[in-house]
Amino acid sequence: MTDRLTFVLNGKRETVENLPLTTTLLNYLRRHKRLTGSKEGCAEGDCGACTVVVGERIDGGVHYRPVNACIQFMPMLHGRAVVTVDALAGPDGALHPAQRAIVDRHGSQCGFCTPGFVMSLYAMGFSRAPADKFYIADALAGNLCRCTGYGPLIAAAEDAAVTARPEWDKQRMAMESALLAEFAGSGAALEFSCGEQKVFVPFNSDQLAALYQEHADAVLVAGATDVGLWVTKQHRNLPKMIMIGNVRDLRDVRVDAGMLRIGAAATYADASAAIAQAAPDFGELVRRIGATQVRAAGTIGGNIANGSPIGDTPPALIALGATLVLRKGESRRRMPLEDFFLAYGKQDRQPGEFIEAVEIPLPDDPHRLRCYKISKRFDQDISALCGCFNITVADGIVADVRIAFGGMAATPKRASHVEASLTGKPWRHETIEAALPAFENDFTPLTDMRASAAYRLQAAKNLLRKYFIERSETQTATRLAGRAVEAL
Amino acid sequence: MSAPSTNANANRPAAISGAAGQSRRHDSAHKHVTGQAPYVDDIPEPPGTLHVFIAQSKVAHAAIRGLDVSAVRAAPGVIAVLTAQDVPGVNDVSPVAGDDPLFASDVIEYWGQSLFAVAAETQEQARAAAALVVLDLEERPAIITIDEAMEAQSLLQAPYVMVRGDAESAIAAAPQHLDGRIYIGGQEHFYLEGQAALAIPGEDEDVTVISSTQHPSEIQHKVAGVLGISNHAVTIEVRRMGGGFGGKESQGNLPACAAALAAKVTGRPAKVVYDRDDDMMITGKRHDFRIDYRVGFDDEGRILGIEFDQALRCGMSFDLSEPIADRAMFHADNCYFLPDVTITSYRCKTHTQSNTAFRGFGGPQGMVAMERVIDHIASSLGKDPLDIRKVNLYDHKDEIGARNITPFHMEVEDCIIQDIVDELAASSDYRKRRQNIAQWNATSPVIKLGIALTPVKFGISFTNTFLNQAGALVHVYNDGSIGLNHGGTEMGQGLFTKVAQVVAREFQVDLSRVKITATTTGKVPNTSATAASSGSDLNGMAAADAARKIRRRMSEFLAGRYQTELSQIQFLPGRIRVGEEEITFEDAVWQAYTARVPLSATGFYATPKIHWDKAQARGRPFLYYAYGAAVTEAAIDTLTGENRLLRVDILHDVGKSLNPDIDLGQIEGGYVQGAGWLTTEELVWNADGQLTTHAPSTYKIPACSDRAQDMRIEIFQRGENVEDTIYKSKAVGEPPLMLGISAFMAISDAIAAAGGAYPALDTPATPERVLFAVERLRTGSDGQ
Repeated sequence: MTDRLTFVLNGKRETVENLPLTTTLLNYLRRHKRLTGSKEGCAEGDCGACTVVVGERIDGGVHYRPVNACIQFMPMLHGRAVVTVDALAGPDGALHPAQRAIVDRHGSQCGFCTPGFVMSLYAMGFSRAPADKFYIADALAGNLCRCTGYGPLIAAAEDAAVTARPEWDKQRMAMESALLAEFAGSGAALEFSCGEQKVFVPFNSDQLAALYQEHADAVLVAGATDVGLWVTKQHRNLPKMIMIGNVRDLRDVRVDAGMLRIGAAATYADASAAIAQAAPDFGELVRRIGATQVRAAGTIGGNIANGSPIGDTPPALIALGATLVLRKGESRRRMPLEDFFLAYGKQDRQPGEFIEAVEIPLPDDPHRLRCYKISKRFDQDISALCGCFNITVADGIVADVRIAFGGMAATPKRASHVEASLTGKPWRHETIEAALPAFENDFTPLTDMRASAAYRLQAAKNLLRKYFIERSETQTATRLAGRAVEAL
Repeated sequence: MSAPSTNANANRPAAISGAAGQSRRHDSAHKHVTGQAPYVDDIPEPPGTLHVFIAQSKVAHAAIRGLDVSAVRAAPGVIAVLTAQDVPGVNDVSPVAGDDPLFASDVIEYWGQSLFAVAAETQEQARAAAALVVLDLEERPAIITIDEAMEAQSLLQAPYVMVRGDAESAIAAAPQHLDGRIYIGGQEHFYLEGQAALAIPGEDEDVTVISSTQHPSEIQHKVAGVLGISNHAVTIEVRRMGGGFGGKESQGNLPACAAALAAKVTGRPAKVVYDRDDDMMITGKRHDFRIDYRVGFDDEGRILGIEFDQALRCGMSFDLSEPIADRAMFHADNCYFLPDVTITSYRCKTHTQSNTAFRGFGGPQGMVAMERVIDHIASSLGKDPLDIRKVNLYDHKDEIGARNITPFHMEVEDCIIQDIVDELAASSDYRKRRQNIAQWNATSPVIKLGIALTPVKFGISFTNTFLNQAGALVHVYNDGSIGLNHGGTEMGQGLFTKVAQVVAREFQVDLSRVKITATTTGKVPNTSATAASSGSDLNGMAAADAARKIRRRMSEFLAGRYQTELSQIQFLPGRIRVGEEEITFEDAVWQAYTARVPLSATGFYATPKIHWDKAQARGRPFLYYAYGAAVTEAAIDTLTGENRLLRVDILHDVGKSLNPDIDLGQIEGGYVQGAGWLTTEELVWNADGQLTTHAPSTYKIPACSDRAQDMRIEIFQRGENVEDTIYKSKAVGEPPLMLGISAFMAISDAIAAAGGAYPALDTPATPERVLFAVERLRTGSDGQ
């Protein structure tokens, strides 16, 4: 049987029929509802002009987060509330504070990116973090503006952060809460179809395991921050998908017996606090993955499963000695994360098998792990290379070494020759310098649009130097990203 | 309809609200934030609208032996397939030279070139169908880079030279010499709204195109040319663009012509909307340059003679490359007097996108090389670059001596850069911070800081003199409301707001009384592009001319009716003094209307004084110069090459500002765009000529955190145009972009702190270029 795709749009219940299941939320809004406030600037989740806010009912409350509508497939919105820029102003046309602030601060010039900024400012209103300048830069990192130079938008964000939520907004939220409560169904997995296209939506991992075993040819979709581009950029046809965003037990993030366990469907946003607590520099690395909208949708499981050589979490997880938990039907197996990556585009995953969780042993020293993401731009960029170092020194001797890189090979990969060169040696400058040539045994990087092979190799070597400086000269300034700039 | 109240005494405001000179927000700000400001793709599609996809080549250079679209035609949803054979008029969408085919016919000259168009019921169907084409190509070797083009002497035209004096002898005779080379990268416009056009067929041969364009008149002419009809049958309309930056000066021609042709062939409305990747693959960008310099100077760093060889990548055709290359030469001097100078320009033809206008129009590249020379001289003399800058400046306008002649024999009569540089150096605490930075660098092994102050002098006017004209149309309706139309287009820069403020000031009515309407070729014909920073200069004057005509007619009428002298009529805020009496503006309008006084007028403006002799390379191409300066402090990571801007101080001259807040927005936005060009924004083509940075995932414009946390931007308060421009204001669109050069020079300064020699950094200053520059300095090797 086929279920009806239903969601809440700007406070009203909306049922969708006969819609291709890879229709993006943005195209649905613009073409089918003629809500043209949300704009397409890139169709890949990089510019934020299409930003909308999505509300999800969790534990009795509605949690709102900003997402890029251009890479959300419609079935992912089932049972959720979507708020767009078109409906933010009050019933009498009064501007919402997120809108008012941008007008007052001259935050719009050409105006095309503006609706996205409005929605990011609006989404900031659901955060409890203090809106200092770093927080604001982060909250707006996923919105590109080509006109203003951002100053007026930062000022607008500061204004909006201290303005009370208007009554009409609270009323719409109350309506959304009531409507979303009505969605509590039987708990049985849903099935949507359009022509030959099928989408399954399980609610727990047992349902997922059974469905995926039966439909091993389906594409698993979590946040669609990657799969979305298969449709919007590669124009691929996806006949069968299993969308795992509602699999609640796969979204658990918990610490248990010295282990941080992150469910495969946990988003970066879900997991970032726990990660930052376990290893602060990994937390900073996660902060620089995509931007707010991408981290609200993208998952750590997806970052691992797609096997990209430039995913940012695998090097850090490998350096921390993480274990991957895979499930197929009722059987599970575990493996060190580095073993999962076999070759470019090839992972050790059987048909019907999915990642259930990644388990990270909590480091005794949270600051031992250091993560270095190098890209042309600090925020919302893909790494040219990403190096993660986790070296234990005991009595002046290198006791344990785990170094992993992204962007240096066809897969995320350990620097095993470098590790061997360091192990058992005194922790000093000469040891570091002697280990550098081993990088050439570990890696033969590529030249592409992000960096040359020569740069990647040189920078990788220098990162080991940097790690040594950071561990041994703690007063030396070594960072430029994020809050580190305050030290300059 | 009835006459308005006549009693002006009830309301006698001291000033009107929103006149030119006051800060007013962008006219569409409220619509922007509510999502209610429509762009081309937001306009409700007329029933039956077709979606047109431009099929692009996947090779850089080839002869077309066969192009079989039969399978495309047969694909689901396809209504028409358009090739070069289907063009009834001229198969050309070029702005000047007739060398940009709408559809390639016998030869492909870049990866991304338009081959044919598919018009289908949906975008998806059109795109999918296009993939079914069967091509028979004979691939040819492609010339991609400037180096390759110079090696092969692949030039669009003979090298162009500007000469004053004898540079070669002056350099030879100078006590000090340097030479060097800098590669300056290109830049993608990355307007947030891609190219878009909606064509609606009309009666007879008529077609209306709603286009996202800076140049409606040119679109009109190109559509007429492609369709083989007269200009009068084509109407182009544009209310707003989602950004332009020069990228919609000529690049809108192709989508508009394709949409119009599809509409003509099918009789249905047709729309072309480039998605981001198509846009970046098809359209031209800012030209990248390779500039060689040889300079002779004295021990104080005063330049005695200099030669520049500027080679630029034009791409597969001219587009606007000729005036862009010229403007790079016009700004090779920046703010500095060059006693004996030779500038040679090589306009390289390559098998890449045809590069086009981009904010600054070649000026920024010319200027970067000049600033590099200054920096290089300072390094070789061991002096603060600011001291070298100061000894080379053109004479101040109040102390003009022998040092005020440009390389193209124009006298610089309005130079105020000394005032700006001195004020900024003091307000930014430049000298003290330079010392502090040296101290920091002495004790910081990894992170190094740098600082630079760079000035800007930018010439205002189209260098093609005839383009410096504008028209406007003003209606005063009989209720006292005012309709305004002019040839300028709104791309976010606030032009519509400023010109409306001019009209409000002329009539002394509140800005809210002036309605701004979409630019259309049906109201104001034969316009120039909204480009060259000229929008408010030209259209502001044209609108003022129209308003003054109406005002004069009203004044003459009132003088007659009230039996007084013309000199006794005065437009006061919201009212008009007639002799001893005062009447409201509405009353005066109503009286004039009922007395059958015409209340509609066209206005016109042609920039005075300018002339240019291309053959002799001499004349006065600019009416005046705009000036500014910026101080940037930057940090680099010497282990990775990562870099960040820390603090920016800007002092910029806008004459007497028409709208200070809008001008500040242009200054800040221009700086950030310029800094982005020179730091994070890198265009990469592979060896086959395919652009591999064609979306924001790979092409990185500045994000929010790239803006320096500490930015202090001021308008130069003593600014006043010496020329008779609209209320003594100055153009502000392009000049601030070049303030971003200070960011690049600050990074170079930080690199210099890592070693002894001159960094000789190329742009953009990506982590890779910075790290290799550091490595060169530290090891004396090439780093690669």
